[in-house]
Amino acid sequence: MKVTGAQALFKSLLEEGVEVIFGYPGGQVLTIYDALPQFPLRHILVRHEQGAVHAADGYARATGKVGVCLATSGPGATNLVTGLATAYMDSTPLVAITGQVPTPALGRDAFQEADLTGITMPITKHNYLVKDPADLPRVIKEAFHIASTGRPGPVLIDIPKDVQVGKLSFKYPDAVDLPGYRPTYNGHPAQIDQAAKALMEASQPAIICGGGVIASGATTVLRELAETLRIPVACTLLGLGGFPADHPLFLGMLGMHGTFQANRAIHRADVLLAVGTRFADRVTGPTDHFAPQARIIHVDIDPAEIGKNVEAAIPVVGDAGRILSGILKKVTAGQAAGGANGSAPGGPAAGEPRTALWLAQIEAWRRPAPVAKGSGLNPAEILQTAAGMAGKDAIVVTDVGQHQMWAAQHWPLSRPRSFLSSGGLGTMGFGLPAAIGAKVGRPDAPVVLVTGDGSFQMNIQELGTLSAENVDLKMVLFNNGSLGMVRQWQELFYGGRLSQVTMSHWPDFVQLVKAYGIPGQRVERRADLKPALDDALSMPGPILVECVIDPSEKVYPMVPPGNPVTDMIMGPD
Amino acid sequence: MRQVIAVLVQNTPGVLARIAGLFARRGFNIESLAVGVTEDPTISRMTITYEGDARVQEQVSKQLNKLIDIRKVSDLSPPAMLARELAMIKVHAEGARREQIVQLVNLFRAKVIDVNRRSVVVEVSGDRDKVDALLALLREFGVMEVARTGQIAMERGTNVTALPGRREAVNGLSARDLPMPEPTAGLTTLKRGIQQ
Repeated sequence: MKVTGAQALFKSLLEEGVEVIFGYPGGQVLTIYDALPQFPLRHILVRHEQGAVHAADGYARATGKVGVCLATSGPGATNLVTGLATAYMDSTPLVAITGQVPTPALGRDAFQEADLTGITMPITKHNYLVKDPADLPRVIKEAFHIASTGRPGPVLIDIPKDVQVGKLSFKYPDAVDLPGYRPTYNGHPAQIDQAAKALMEASQPAIICGGGVIASGATTVLRELAETLRIPVACTLLGLGGFPADHPLFLGMLGMHGTFQANRAIHRADVLLAVGTRFADRVTGPTDHFAPQARIIHVDIDPAEIGKNVEAAIPVVGDAGRILSGILKKVTAGQAAGGANGSAPGGPAAGEPRTALWLAQIEAWRRPAPVAKGSGLNPAEILQTAAGMAGKDAIVVTDVGQHQMWAAQHWPLSRPRSFLSSGGLGTMGFGLPAAIGAKVGRPDAPVVLVTGDGSFQMNIQELGTLSAENVDLKMVLFNNGSLGMVRQWQELFYGGRLSQVTMSHWPDFVQLVKAYGIPGQRVERRADLKPALDDALSMPGPILVECVIDPSEKVYPMVPPGNPVTDMIMGPD
Repeated sequence: MRQVIAVLVQNTPGVLARIAGLFARRGFNIESLAVGVTEDPTISRMTITYEGDARVQEQVSKQLNKLIDIRKVSDLSPPAMLARELAMIKVHAEGARREQIVQLVNLFRAKVIDVNRRSVVVEVSGDRDKVDALLALLREFGVMEVARTGQIAMERGTNVTALPGRREAVNGLSARDLPMPEPTAGLTTLKRGIQQ
């Protein structure tokens, strides 16, 4: 039986197990939207296409499934660009579907025409311009396969109007045929052997847990390996939640706003196991000063990441979970044979782990958390209180700026996919739509948005989506009346000359959400924090808690840009 | 250091743009790029010459391999590499100077493929150094126009840059038995790639 291209699109999405699409209609997707009601798919109408792509991203990060968004040609499609770049940098599986002008009009600067495959080439894992309706099932099958396998990423499918209308005999392919795409999953056994040997012989080992650990579902085996060899673990921003925050071996986040002990430990490590991380500049600082004494074992599914930023002594390409399991097996076998865990001369006494002295050194590096003083709100206290009340199952979604770093530092995260944040691209405006997507994907989990007054206003139109869909999202807004992170850099590194960081006509955020039918309250004193959060978390439906922060509050510790990660500013004094 | 790679790509629209875009955004400089279809009409072969050290060379190969439409990337290094390029050079050639040009052309085993009262067009093929050398000598006469193909390259000996499966098919066959590509296919492919 013949179906239209638009029908084939939805039939294919259903074959892929898609349950929800975030989208916005327009001229060149009218045929697609006309077919939509025939299919059992939930469509969430956003208020701007950027909201759709971030929501699909948040959905994908929270669930591990492929997020799907839909936009019209031209401006609708170009509005996806920031979101695609965000997903590409953070390796999120997305499929973005865009309408396009009919094929005979392509290249003629038709109304609402833009070359989307050209524009998105550098920010998608792959993209397609479909010119024949008969290709649709194959292309969609391939798109989902490419988005979700290997190193995940966004894939865009551009579908001209006539392809949506055209007829085809629908048969969904069982398998993909992509001879140019064969991700490596199994690590090379010889490399795994070497990695295990290096870790067993190390006296000052450390582990960096990156976002790849979460993408691979490797958190349990990572913990087992760390516990077996007693190796401390630091997380990158995207790796947070990959290792339990309350674990004695947890060092916290590393890098520019990382903890003192994490940056120290990485700097002094003799063997460094880095898993699913691309050694971003925010993690390493200048790479010639990074982990100078360490033999680096770099585990990544993307071979291009090996040696891109930091040279690895022992590269292992493949899936983090499989490789870590392989290493753990070798280590357990080695220990059973009584081999490498014996105490070295001058090392710990028999029966103690090889790394005992090292761990004692690390304990000495830990700094006590500063205690909140005064009557004004303290960022750390807000986050710790909210985290305590929201519980361990909560998913926290952030925007970008000071509040994001505070959340990364102070919200104790114990589960994978519980911290969703735009890391690589640092996209302000990501938070609200991504949090909507996360809650839609994980209705069972409490979802808390931590945002700032600057970021919140970048996609504030999504309050409309939030209200219309009645998404049970708790929003904690840090309001310091300025673009806090930019202000912090101006104060610390630009001689305190403030330039364009305070906006004179800040809205009344409580009144603003009220206009969308969302309740909210403003908190200025520490004493009012708990009751406000309690109200927010106990009432069903979306709600805002606006927390007024002193604009002079800064994110510490901080490594000044360009400095080695051991040169940290610990606080205002 | 000058690097040469042979890249086998699926003949899909836009594949040339994907490769060129990747070089541009990662800051790798393409010196020359030559494209033509292989014995399998769905596969094109690109020979890319670029500047880069060992780190760049590794990144170029790895980043190219990430593109879905790329089937194979082979590094071709000078000692084992045969490289050729073709150039057409239009030179001022009046009176007695024409004879001098023809002598040079013969020395280089090049050809004069067009003559008129004022100029000649010289066709030369060979490795880059040879083409550069002839071009340098012809400059004395006044070079009016140059068109170079950029080099194509291949490994010496029996090793081949071919797709898995293809290689087995090639071994055991004499060159005469291999299917010939359609003569116009290469040009069409290149044009389609550029238009996209």
